Amino acid sequence: MVASFVFLPCFFISSMLFAGDITTPDYGDAIVSASIADARTLVPILASDSASSEICSMIFNGLVKYDKDINLTGDLAQSWEISNDGLVIIFHLRKNVRWHDGAPFTAQDVEFTYKKLIDPNVKTPYGGDFERVKSFEIIDDYTIKVTYKEPFVPALSSWAMSVIPKHLLEKEDLNTTKFSRHPIGTGPYKFKSWKTQEKIELEANPDYFEHKPYIGRYISRIIPDESTIFLELQTQGIDSSGISPLQYTRQTDTPFFKKHYRKFRLPSFSYLYLGYNLRDAKFSDKRVRQALNYAVDKNEIIKIVLLGLGEVATGPYLPGTFAYNEKVLPASFNPDKARKLLNEAGWKDENNDGWLEKDGKKFEFTILTNQGNEERLKVAQIIQRRLKEIGVKVNVRVVEWSVFLTEFIEKRKFETVLLGWSLPREPDNYDIWHSSKTNEGQFNFIGYKNEEIDDLLTQGRRIFDPEKRKAFYQRAHEILYDEQPYMFIYVPDGLSILHNRFEGIKPAPIGIGYNFIDWWVPKAKQKYK
Amino acid sequence: MIKFIMRRLFGLVPMLFGITLISFMVIKLAPGKPVMLQYSLNPKISLEEIKRLEKIEGFDKPLYAQYLNWLSNISRFNFGRSIADGRFVTQKIAERLPVTLTINILSLFLIFLIALPWGIRSALRQGSLFDKISTLVTFLLFAAPTFWLALLLMQLFCIQLGWLPISGITSLDFEHLNLWQKFLDLGRHLFLPVLVSALAGFAGICRYMRSNMIEALRQPYIYTARAKGLPENRIIYKHALRNALLPIITILGLSLPGLLGGSIIFESIFAIPGIGRLFYEAAMMRDMNLIMAEIVLVAVLTMLGNLIADVLYAYVDPRIRYKK
Repeated sequence: MVASFVFLPCFFISSMLFAGDITTPDYGDAIVSASIADARTLVPILASDSASSEICSMIFNGLVKYDKDINLTGDLAQSWEISNDGLVIIFHLRKNVRWHDGAPFTAQDVEFTYKKLIDPNVKTPYGGDFERVKSFEIIDDYTIKVTYKEPFVPALSSWAMSVIPKHLLEKEDLNTTKFSRHPIGTGPYKFKSWKTQEKIELEANPDYFEHKPYIGRYISRIIPDESTIFLELQTQGIDSSGISPLQYTRQTDTPFFKKHYRKFRLPSFSYLYLGYNLRDAKFSDKRVRQALNYAVDKNEIIKIVLLGLGEVATGPYLPGTFAYNEKVLPASFNPDKARKLLNEAGWKDENNDGWLEKDGKKFEFTILTNQGNEERLKVAQIIQRRLKEIGVKVNVRVVEWSVFLTEFIEKRKFETVLLGWSLPREPDNYDIWHSSKTNEGQFNFIGYKNEEIDDLLTQGRRIFDPEKRKAFYQRAHEILYDEQPYMFIYVPDGLSILHNRFEGIKPAPIGIGYNFIDWWVPKAKQKYK
Repeated sequence: MIKFIMRRLFGLVPMLFGITLISFMVIKLAPGKPVMLQYSLNPKISLEEIKRLEKIEGFDKPLYAQYLNWLSNISRFNFGRSIADGRFVTQKIAERLPVTLTINILSLFLIFLIALPWGIRSALRQGSLFDKISTLVTFLLFAAPTFWLALLLMQLFCIQLGWLPISGITSLDFEHLNLWQKFLDLGRHLFLPVLVSALAGFAGICRYMRSNMIEALRQPYIYTARAKGLPENRIIYKHALRNALLPIITILGLSLPGLLGGSIIFESIFAIPGIGRLFYEAAMMRDMNLIMAEIVLVAVLTMLGNLIADVLYAYVDPRIRYKK
């Protein structure tokens, strides 16, 4: 569960209506959020965990960012031009942006960030997208020209990477610099203090280039235990947190919570799936995979595991975005059809023992999933029961995360895996589905190969025309649901709770955190100095 | 005596060497890789990037070379950096020590303060109603899971009564408080964690004291003392108690490494930035340098604790003397 939500961009579905009258916002107060893990480093280009990235997103800016409708918009770049062949991007940077220490932000800082991203001695995991850059030129202090080796549509979104200050880091070793615990950025909040495993405190940046944020301080408290977070909510000790489906539907359905908090239900940017190892003869027949999909009732899973707070997934694209094909409808729950398809594929109960066989071998496989995720375990058990009804024996095995990755996923030693992928706002998922990405350590670990998909995904990263891209990805969505290399299970809702003294929240497709600097608390209701 | 202590101290060196060698190999041979965890299953991060990061960390070298490298660093007291955030592991441990030490010392103090008299009383009234009830209570405490006890106490003291804060070790406005208020604030935050960790340890010591005392009261010298007509108080608190306390020295010695050990469970529940969570996370991340530093720390303290217990034993118990 993600314990802190404010800056996780999410979709908005429902909650209350915010009929706020138009008044001038007041400055002041603080927001206290709960995070289950501490940040590791506040050097944004090194941060790979969500706690660090979340704090970094308050302190730093990229050249571009996603707006409330999930479109790319300027951040430190005021505007940009992409050449017709898609090879050159020219960024025009904002003038009058200052680092928190007062030094001016210029093209030099962007170049420095780029150089560090491709420096083999810097422990950044994000170099990949920047290796495609052929040349990086500074035209003047506020203009940059980036030339690519080949057209690459996701290139623009890669410039959402936070820019770090050259004047402070030039002589530092990024891997060990003290900057990682005393960051200086350009963002809406300035770093104030960090007490390891206790709290990180930020304060409003009065010189922020958009405007000074109304909420004076942002405090992230580290509370690793979810029951403790919930107890803290009951004493109004924290203002915002993610909550579980049980907490959302039952435990917060009390007069106290209705009086003091506001709940949000937003599809999270992720989905859960059962991936088949396609190198395994059992799963090589498409009819078998379709049969398994018919035999498992996804709505039942959502009802039991998520208490109804989620929707059936039909493919690897974010519902509501251009890549998502609305015409792909989830298959019905139909065990008879499943049995028929399996019979056609040669799986029959030859010895009347209740299990299907083919060539004398019983249809039996193991669902592998990672430890520490109750929801996945429950899903696996429901699948196990439903497949038993059609004569397929399923075993469930839970393995510790690090072992799970190195011993099973990396070495391809699994029959099926129950896992989740996040759904990035940029739909390019070449690394997960392209047939060239099946080697050790790569992400097409199920070994999926389909020429049309290969072609669509290659075109999708090369051709900039939005209409054409839409057609590529919608077609890919259709093929992937028909072929069932994964059994797509659900897109869970991101559930969160926020103290109701905050005003100015305007939910949008991307979530609620996008306009955090416009949130405010009326003077009379302010809680912290 | 000095000679004996020196001899024992030198004897610890090869033992420590053996402990580190075995632990290093066991951890390295266990499945799962270090750097991987931080970056894994993110399609934005390619295999080449991961291989490069492993090379920076030196994980591509053979096992013996990694161990020798670690050993040569450690002989210069360089425990290396954590892979999670690139900070020195000694620094990471040092910043967690004060809170863990405070809680453990306070709770150890509390345990002995209550458990010793309680155990003695139980022993003196062996079989009485008090003894039976205290047996029941101690076993209940022994069996009760820490997290459950903690959550119940939090529900009572923090939510229903509203007397104490729920989690953390300081309030959000801690910096603005004066010295006395700071002290009070810390006390309010530490009350439940200390109580919970004391309750868990209390049962054992109490039972231990009780059985030692019963054992001591059965000894022939007690009969002699009674026969001499010594007052009962003197028999109990001078003759019996002194002998019954001897094994407690061993327990004290053995609790030395425990002082620096934290508990992942109650540290998580109370959101305390202690040592327990640090090492739990290190283990989950395969953060080699951090895990090894912890092992060395605990190994050294365990060995020292044993040594101290032995020396104290020799000092307080005239029956035990080391031959020169």
